[in-house]
Amino acid sequence: MAASKTDPAPGIESVDPGELKAELVAKYPTKVGRKRAKQIVINSVDECGEVPEIGANARTIPGIITQRGCSYAGCKGVVLGPTRDIVNLTHGPIGCGFYSWLTRRNQTRPDGPGDANFMTYCFSTDLQDEDIVFGGEKKLRQAIREIYENFRPKAIGIFATCPVGLIGDDVHAVAREMKEELGINIFGFSCEGYKGVSQSAGHHIANNALFTHVVGLDDTASEGKFKINLLGEYNIGGDAFEIERIMDEAGITVVSTFSGNSTYDKFANSHTADLNTVMCHRSINYVAEMMEKKYGIPWIKVNFIGAASTAKTLRKIANYFEDEELIERVEKLIAEEMVEVEKVRREVESRCAGKLAMLFVGGSRAHHYQDLFAEIGMKTVAAGYEFAHRDDYEGRAVLPEIKVDADSRNIEELAVEPDPERFNPRKSEEALSRLKAKGFRFKDYDGMMAEMASGTLIIDDISQFETEKLIEKYKPAIFCAGIKEKYAIQKKGIPMKQLHSYDSGGPYAGFKGAINFWREIDRMVNSKVWGYLKAPWQESPELTATYGWE
Amino acid sequence: MLLRHTTKEIKERKALTVNPAKTCQPIGAMYAALGIHNCLPHSHGSQGCCAYHRSALTRHYKEPVMAGTSSFTEGASVFGGQANLLQAIDTIFTVYEPDVIAVHTTCLSETIGDDIPQIAKKAETDGKIPKGKYVIHANTPSYVGSHVTGFATMTKAMVDYFAESNGRKIEQINIIPGYVEPSDMEEIKRIVSELGIRSVMFPDTSNVLNRPQTGRFDMFPKGGTTVDALRSTGSSKATLALGRLASGPAARALDAKCKVACEILDPPIGLAATDAFVDTLRRMGGVSVPESINTERGRLLDIITDMHQYFYGKKVGLVGDPDQLISLTEFLVSIDMWPIYVVTGTPGKKFESKIKEITRDVPHEVKVASGGDMFLFHQWLKNEPVDLMMGNTYLKYISRDENIPLVRFGFPILDRVGHSYFPTVGYRGGMRLLEKILDALLDKTDRESPEESFELVL
Repeated sequence: MAASKTDPAPGIESVDPGELKAELVAKYPTKVGRKRAKQIVINSVDECGEVPEIGANARTIPGIITQRGCSYAGCKGVVLGPTRDIVNLTHGPIGCGFYSWLTRRNQTRPDGPGDANFMTYCFSTDLQDEDIVFGGEKKLRQAIREIYENFRPKAIGIFATCPVGLIGDDVHAVAREMKEELGINIFGFSCEGYKGVSQSAGHHIANNALFTHVVGLDDTASEGKFKINLLGEYNIGGDAFEIERIMDEAGITVVSTFSGNSTYDKFANSHTADLNTVMCHRSINYVAEMMEKKYGIPWIKVNFIGAASTAKTLRKIANYFEDEELIERVEKLIAEEMVEVEKVRREVESRCAGKLAMLFVGGSRAHHYQDLFAEIGMKTVAAGYEFAHRDDYEGRAVLPEIKVDADSRNIEELAVEPDPERFNPRKSEEALSRLKAKGFRFKDYDGMMAEMASGTLIIDDISQFETEKLIEKYKPAIFCAGIKEKYAIQKKGIPMKQLHSYDSGGPYAGFKGAINFWREIDRMVNSKVWGYLKAPWQESPELTATYGWE
Repeated sequence: MLLRHTTKEIKERKALTVNPAKTCQPIGAMYAALGIHNCLPHSHGSQGCCAYHRSALTRHYKEPVMAGTSSFTEGASVFGGQANLLQAIDTIFTVYEPDVIAVHTTCLSETIGDDIPQIAKKAETDGKIPKGKYVIHANTPSYVGSHVTGFATMTKAMVDYFAESNGRKIEQINIIPGYVEPSDMEEIKRIVSELGIRSVMFPDTSNVLNRPQTGRFDMFPKGGTTVDALRSTGSSKATLALGRLASGPAARALDAKCKVACEILDPPIGLAATDAFVDTLRRMGGVSVPESINTERGRLLDIITDMHQYFYGKKVGLVGDPDQLISLTEFLVSIDMWPIYVVTGTPGKKFESKIKEITRDVPHEVKVASGGDMFLFHQWLKNEPVDLMMGNTYLKYISRDENIPLVRFGFPILDRVGHSYFPTVGYRGGMRLLEKILDALLDKTDRESPEESFELVL
């Protein structure tokens, strides 16, 4: 492939992204290279905010060494994992349940010692070869009975793993049957690992089942004047706690969070909120869409990652409710919070400004965290998602253009109708046009690319090989990805921050989170340890014998 | 309470596993394959398996863990994974250029019945396997055995694919270390060479999963058993396999394939098991044990005699893998501790009788479970507590709830470092274990003893 000269990203004029792309693609077998070329894009944002097309949510090429996981991981691990009082039963061999047991750093805070919390437990049917041969439904039924006898939960979720789908165990039928028998809510997820092309399929499956089996079960009106749901916030390292704190101080009621620090009852009651705010667009936009159709709750995109973004989000929520008192309270809160934020920001900026960052992670984090880096003057030169779709890169305007392929077609799209009794548009047509006239936007996600500089490199489903090349060329001050990538990058002498689980520490959301994150990045990029990579004798190997033998 | 739903009352469970004390075969196969030099492990199944195994191993070792996946989609699950594996082999040899791709299967590819040798043959016919490079495989369905048997199966595959007898014996012995840490493998090699014996160890993850920070990342690090060395195992004088479950199958395969006689011992954890290891080595190699080894043994013994009062009669609960638990239980019994609960998730009846035999003189009832889980273990503790627990990181939830000190031992250890650098095998490893046990017990004593009996000298 002939490389045409392309404009580099600001701050790294030494690298021609076009040449780099050509080099990356050339390493692969021809057909593989052709596929990868669609997922490696040099960003260019024109005056109207138009961005180039990127290949996303496509099959991973076998053997490429991908970051991606599976549908089960997205369903059981990501979306349902953080809910404390549902017993999540993995129906399959032991591994899937074992690996998703407490490994995501979702925090939860039960209401006192009597409140249920099953997050510290791992439940599995531990299927054996005879179950694979003769079917596992009998064992599944028995396991559910044993859960009920031992734990008495209010709800049980059943998660199907790869072999379960192949041998034809019907987790939904078993769920219905056992629900009848035991009188508690039991529901299944067909999240076999081979569904879809990444974790993303599992998010969708989780959204569907939660919406079908839990949301709307409890009509008790939630208390509070300004009631919202927080969607796509998983309380890694306590993020949701910080957001809850801010909301509390602003006088905004969080009816439910999907699904950080969440409970079954809050999901059941979530349709009584008046606004859905979406953090991680990729993993949860389905629930937001379906709740709007069924119950008339509008949704907006928010971002609590970054202090300025948090302030912007608070203003947006206040403006939605069109309440002067709330608007005032939010402004006061922002002003108070920003004092400490600004102090730390300036201090860290003095040590970090101008340094380069790369983010290859998740389905929204690789975008959101750019705000935190920008606030301390660090430049994102390359970014990409692990499992996002084109709309997360190019913005929701691209949705009508996205073709449904064979892998996406297998993930059910629920047909949702307005609820005959409970559909209640939270905003009148008049209010909607008034808000829109003021520039307020609903369902507004413009994606990652529009907010990145032209000349930056956008890579979807990045491979290990590409990761290494990028680091060699750009020598960033920090790389953000997940645990599998971490140590290969750090062995090259470049600090690597996990943005799935944060390694340790947090929260990084909200105002206090911004401070924590900046302190952490300061620690990482300015750590003395990177100066010790060479021993004195490796730095200057020449021999000048002082006490040498003759 | 972290495990607030665990009750004292034990209800029989037939179908439900809660808080497992094992994981699935493929991760063991991946770990074993990392012990071949210039080898990329490959998971033939859904992406998630590979992602989970890499993540778990990475968290345990804090090291890069590279592996490929066949990235099954629904189509591959219906039509078979041949196209995916062929693509993977081509991509891997083109981009990452290993000498060996070590394929292990998963529950998915096993259930649909993919035939790996046939697919590898096709890759070869299609010219996708460069000359002098290899695709080897192990069948490791997740619904059979555990991570330990997965390790054993991939280790056996090294014999099946590479070992060859050249008709004359080489002056070396094979050491199969079992599912132990890279530090343990290093220590076993050190002891063998201290005795002046030439050996080949396989697999060997030292310098793979405990490599230094150098400012460089090598896709294939220095460590690992080379293909040449693996080939030579068929001509070795003898094989010493450590761990019946993890190393037995490979040792027996070598005997059957290349007539290399084998001895299978328990892993050299603790005094007696290390004595057996050294004594067997001495006889196999026809060498005398050097004074340096006697000194190490004497030091271990010295700690036991000096600190015996703190071990004597202390009740211990153990969770882990069968091979290690056998040696560890024996070690604890030998220093007059009472291992009264011993749980492994790995199925196998022999384990229970073996532990019963080792603990027959312990003056207390000993409960043993193979195919057990940590929920049952915790329930036992609720009925009668112990003074100390040893096992993987998941036990820390029980440790905190029940205020029982924990010594981290086994897999996975997700929240501490040390296991990949400092061995628990051999006499030195025994010393390290005793240090850890004493620290755990005495820290609790120091924290909780009444002020009037708080002591400076212990």
